[in-house]
Amino acid sequence: MKIIVTVKQVPDTSGKVAVNPDGTLDRASMQTIINPNDMNAVEAALSLKDELGCKVIAFTMGPPPAEGMLRELMAMGVDEGVLITAREFGGSDTYATSQILAAGIDTYGVEPDDIVLAGRQAIDGDTAQVGPQIAEKLHLPQITYAGEITKNGNEITVKRILEDGYMTIKVKTPCMITCIKELNQPRYMSVGGIFECYQKPLVTMTYETLKDHPLIDKTTIGLAGSPTNILTSFTPPQKGAGMMLEGAGKETTDKLAGILAAKHII
Amino acid sequence: MDFHLTKEQLLVRKMYRDFAENEVKPLAAEIDEEERFPMETIEKMAKLGMMGIYFPKEYGGAGGDVLSYAICVEELAKVCGTTAVIVSAHTSLCAAPIFENGTEEQKKKYLPDLCSGRKIGAFGLTEPGAGTDAQGQQTTAVLDESGENYILNGSKCFITNGNVADTFVIIAVTGKTLDKRGRPMKEISAFIVEKTDPGFSQGKHEKKMGIRGSSTCDLIFEDCVIPKDRMLGKQGQGFKIAMKTLDGGRIGIASQALGLGEGAVEEAIKYTKERVQFGKRISQFQNTQFQLADMHTRMQAAQFLVYSAAMKKQNHEPYSMDAAMAKLFAAEAASDVTRRAVQLFGGYGYTREYPVERMMRDAKITEIYEGTSEVQRMVIAANLGVK
Repeated sequence: MKIIVTVKQVPDTSGKVAVNPDGTLDRASMQTIINPNDMNAVEAALSLKDELGCKVIAFTMGPPPAEGMLRELMAMGVDEGVLITAREFGGSDTYATSQILAAGIDTYGVEPDDIVLAGRQAIDGDTAQVGPQIAEKLHLPQITYAGEITKNGNEITVKRILEDGYMTIKVKTPCMITCIKELNQPRYMSVGGIFECYQKPLVTMTYETLKDHPLIDKTTIGLAGSPTNILTSFTPPQKGAGMMLEGAGKETTDKLAGILAAKHII
Repeated sequence: MDFHLTKEQLLVRKMYRDFAENEVKPLAAEIDEEERFPMETIEKMAKLGMMGIYFPKEYGGAGGDVLSYAICVEELAKVCGTTAVIVSAHTSLCAAPIFENGTEEQKKKYLPDLCSGRKIGAFGLTEPGAGTDAQGQQTTAVLDESGENYILNGSKCFITNGNVADTFVIIAVTGKTLDKRGRPMKEISAFIVEKTDPGFSQGKHEKKMGIRGSSTCDLIFEDCVIPKDRMLGKQGQGFKIAMKTLDGGRIGIASQALGLGEGAVEEAIKYTKERVQFGKRISQFQNTQFQLADMHTRMQAAQFLVYSAAMKKQNHEPYSMDAAMAKLFAAEAASDVTRRAVQLFGGYGYTREYPVERMMRDAKITEIYEGTSEVQRMVIAANLGVK
């Protein structure tokens, strides 16, 4: 059994967000971090590793400096990194990215008892498309928005957290699960892990490695293979902090009515 | 000297910084106010390998290097002087002398527990009558009639981690000997003492000006019986072991001072860019700019000295004078810089609403413990051959 986690290096949006004149993100001028939801996926994989002793492999597509991110994940406990990098893959949108990642994962090999994990969505594009698209292309059953994952043999039980409740779904391996922040608190790198991480295996997959895979041809990868056109990029306006009223009695509903009346809503 | 950090050192700094920001900083004011030892933080640090950074993995260490340890103490001290000294005393004053002087059996017995943080370490040299004058030791260790045990009597004071430690490196007088000129002098040896040893007890917690969350207390030996195989190094080597241990300890305390000063500079930069007086941010006044420029320059110089000493220790080069210079300079710079930070904050800086008054109180001790600044000057002058 092994767990494959797909991860992405994203601009740190807690700082200044820079946008190119063509509407795309100016990634070069921004600090990068590991996509927060991907960290939840990595933590989920490492927790399962702690429990079951399985191997964890982190997959990413990006420029060569993305190796630094893979090393950080190895310092947390990931066993191996796979960096998919090629000029031909540059400019890929979610469709093309999932095409390439699926080809990379398929080339690496998905066994019947494997799990593929991903973060729900990346904070730069906020699309939540790559994980599900990989699942479709690898013909894996998928469960999105995982807030709890338990494994019993080859049966996985996932609590899917939705805005208005939750769903509990059982699935058999191999499968794809996308993870949300409520799933866990990602661990820190350890000192011992840091001093070992540069000795751990890193596999680089280039265009040459993947070009003969059925999912890869010039019309499905890179800018040319990306059906998305970006009209504009912008920072979404900050939502105000919500207010929670607790209690089931009339006192609480009266309080709520009072607040709404004070704001001239009712 | 090449001060470029390795890839691993850059990563540990990032990890320590995240950890300090998220786990240590939120507790810093509280543990200072309540004089509470942050055991929960120690448990978290232990899981991450921060209690045995530069010891080999075969002894349960993280397999890192001395500079990575110095950076750890520095990053912790930026947000909490207390947490920094706990790691420093545990590592430099207990695990290090056992690693450097212990037999294979002693290393295998004690280091895995210390490096994993299951046990906390401390060091006992100072006595009421033997501070800077470390030769003035009164605590004795006498072999009993069976010849199998040492009996310790006496007391130690101002012992960092004293109330919380399980394993102690203790310096005691084992007899009389002659110095190089044939004059009588005390024969001093080092021992490993465990908290559970009969006749050993810990005194009350000292109430201190700074590093108030750290444990500081007396250690009392009343016919304390320990097996003779607990002697660390050879009989009569205790003073040398103590001085060598303090050389290493000074890198830790210099790193603590460095972090305290750097933390104060960071806080002062943030505050002066926000605080408005006379219609301007106070960072726009040239006095503020010059103060901050001086403060940063002093801490940068301190960092070079500290890192240089740590690298020399790592490379097994002589580093006694380097550690003394690093501690002397970093401690005095930290005291000066934290005091100036309080001044830049004005009245708010004097309140416990802001961290700089705590940093100023914490910084003062770095000029005193593990050898006062005056002792560092003596060490440096002796290394220069100035007699």
